[in-house]
Amino acid sequence: MTYTFGLDTFGDRNGDAGGQPLSHAQTIRNVVDEGVFAEQAGIDFFGIGEHHTGHFPMPAGDLVLGAIAARTEKIRLGSAVTVLSSDDPVRVFQRYSTLNAISGGRAEVILGRGSSIDSFPLFGYDLADYEELFEEKATLFAELLKGGPVTWEGKTRAPLLHQDVVPHLESGPFPAWIGVGGNPQSVIRAARLGFGLALAIIGGPPARFAAYSELFRRALEKFGQSPRPVLVHSPGHVAATDEQAKAEFWPRWREIITLMAPERGFAIPTEASFDRETGPHGALYVGAPETVAQKIATNMRVLGAERFDLKYGMPGLTHDQLMTNVELYGREVIPRVRELLS
Amino acid sequence: MKDAPRIAVLGAGHVGPVIARLAIGAGYPVTIATSGDPADLALITELVIPGAEPRWASDAVANADIVVLAIPLHRFLDVDPGLLTGKLVVDAMNYWPASDGVLSAFEDGASHSRGSSELVAGRLEGSAVVKAFNHIGYHELEDRARPAGAPDRGAIGVAGDDPAAVAAIADLADRLGYDPVRLDGLRAGRVLEPGGPVFGVVLPRSEFGLAIHEDARSLT
Repeated sequence: MTYTFGLDTFGDRNGDAGGQPLSHAQTIRNVVDEGVFAEQAGIDFFGIGEHHTGHFPMPAGDLVLGAIAARTEKIRLGSAVTVLSSDDPVRVFQRYSTLNAISGGRAEVILGRGSSIDSFPLFGYDLADYEELFEEKATLFAELLKGGPVTWEGKTRAPLLHQDVVPHLESGPFPAWIGVGGNPQSVIRAARLGFGLALAIIGGPPARFAAYSELFRRALEKFGQSPRPVLVHSPGHVAATDEQAKAEFWPRWREIITLMAPERGFAIPTEASFDRETGPHGALYVGAPETVAQKIATNMRVLGAERFDLKYGMPGLTHDQLMTNVELYGREVIPRVRELLS
Repeated sequence: MKDAPRIAVLGAGHVGPVIARLAIGAGYPVTIATSGDPADLALITELVIPGAEPRWASDAVANADIVVLAIPLHRFLDVDPGLLTGKLVVDAMNYWPASDGVLSAFEDGASHSRGSSELVAGRLEGSAVVKAFNHIGYHELEDRARPAGAPDRGAIGVAGDDPAAVAAIADLADRLGYDPVRLDGLRAGRVLEPGGPVFGVVLPRSEFGLAIHEDARSLT
């Protein structure tokens, strides 16, 4: 099996060394530098997740990816995730097909809801329509990816009749995944439409998702689809030592999860819950390179995953801390995981 | 378990499979249904909920002693109340506008100040409705279940107007791995809702009792 490794960011607003937040603009420029540096550090993929809040000022990640594409040659670039339900699948295809052109075929998308619900009221969509919006738009996106004129009709956007959608793909469809957070029916949908499966595991024991990987494989067979890969996306932070990584990450994690808790139904983090999540059976990859590598290798094996994406950063961490994370992940964690899996 | 109540879980999204697995593990006969064809659930049950039987919703409900509603609340408005007449119904759903959008049926006029389970019960006049299993996240419900007497066992609030129904669901919660805390009526179940003091957290019984007692919602 060929394993690949990515880094994902939500454009988490950086802090300065004194704890003051940097501007949104500077945070975005820093993401460009981190993406360029990710290639130099030997990372296979750099992903940007769509968000619309002050802590995550990243609504147009495709533009940022275009800037990174212009300064890199090998690293694959994609969304992680695109909130497809509140977007137009035709526009999403056009933007990422354009990114694919700029980058010489390095574009990808992960479609999903992610943890972002803010785009629904912002763009005038009703969250109660989420299921129908996603089902229709994912189906249309699968058609668009095939290339060639598209004929489609549904309730959520204007119909298309033998519509030529440009820019044309140069060499077949780019990789596309559906992000799933724990709904088995979403796993079935990813298989039915022929997308890869991106398991977003952000809390609790990762091993409980093993049944989803198997469900995905069996569903692909049932629908007559060729094999598709499984990706694991989880948050974390890498620093020189376990102690340093936790000391940097914990206050930022506590602050942002506490802020989001009332709206999202998260529990307020405690030191006990943080220890559980950063321990061997939790969902957070926080620690020294060896600690993080061991955990990634174990979970990729358990989950049958071919790709692991570390969602790095957290609002308030500094650009320097993030660059160190990128470097350690690329130069130490990834080679060690490959060694452990070989 | 001998003569265990038969459980029908409606909903195979995030929550339904978790409750079904816990119930199967505790020895209950479990069926599961969505609004669609049970054939579409065959793979999911085989791999994700082994031991559960996929059925048409009407069939699952007709042959159940306890029906667990684990569907998005806006889909509940499509459920035929007649289907659930005479049943003991567990409402594991939440009205959570920040996550699922605003529903006018749960916002307008007098509805605004009532609990979502009271409105659910209002639609299900022929059923005994108990609010439970709504306030612990689906990703934690299984992981945090513990046998009776475990020092780190969490509590689950159980609220309903029918004492026999509440007792039955308190027993179910206990067998599924949580200390049941009975609340005085469905109205008191408002304290279990999103934004409340126990939503999204697993607390031991003593702390759970303290948290809901100190909350203004428990006094309304």
